Amino acid sequence: MTVKEIAERLALTPICVGDVEKCVTGCHIGDLLSLVMSKAQSGDAWITIQGNINVPAVASLTDCAMVIVAEGMKLDENAQSRAEQEGISIYSSEKSAYALACEIKECL
Amino acid sequence: MAENSVKLHYNVDASDFTVAGQASGAVKKVLKQLGFSADVIRRVAVAMYECEINMVIHADGGEIDVEITPEKIRMIHKDRGPGIKDIEKAMQEGYSTADEKVRELGFGAGMGLPNMKRYTDEMNISTELEKGTVVDMTVLVK
Repeated sequence: MTVKEIAERLALTPICVGDVEKCVTGCHIGDLLSLVMSKAQSGDAWITIQGNINVPAVASLTDCAMVIVAEGMKLDENAQSRAEQEGISIYSSEKSAYALACEIKECL
Repeated sequence: MAENSVKLHYNVDASDFTVAGQASGAVKKVLKQLGFSADVIRRVAVAMYECEINMVIHADGGEIDVEITPEKIRMIHKDRGPGIKDIEKAMQEGYSTADEKVRELGFGAGMGLPNMKRYTDEMNISTELEKGTVVDMTVLVK
């Protein structure tokens, strides 16, 4: 399923819209960025409560299809501009990481 | 194979998280343009990014030299930091000397050096207290 379809199905709020036709092939939940870099796979929807400048950089390096900032957490302004530069799709949601992951599983 | 090599140089500013990752991002783009495999690109980019972040967190910035050939990508990171007191400990997963501010940004999990080691084929660290550290990493193109 594409980023666009996942975003619609899960009613995510767009923060930064990149390549929404990218295919989502898995899911990773993580807030420790070094751990995310070692575990997240290309094509993952990465769910995190982090909203700082390093999130788009890590998403780009790991080739995640999209980032979902969970639990209603906010993305920093400088993170948003970095995401726009890098063309990373970032969405937010009030839902928990667990709830989002369960819904993503239903989509894959 | 000197005629087939691409050499890149980057400066890393101290304590500036907003620019950390620019060098690894730029190298990632170059490797993509040169047609390296996704696996090689990811390994180089992650190892470089971890090292860049370390230079920002622990050291007073530094310089990165990258040499790309068809056979391997070598990255040499030189910082002006305090040096690493105990390399053996620093190489252990979960060991970190990062402060609370750094942890709030999602780093300081003690995975930096172990990740660099995991993602590269060769890694050498030379460090001198109060002088700085050189991390020399190579990813082989298999």
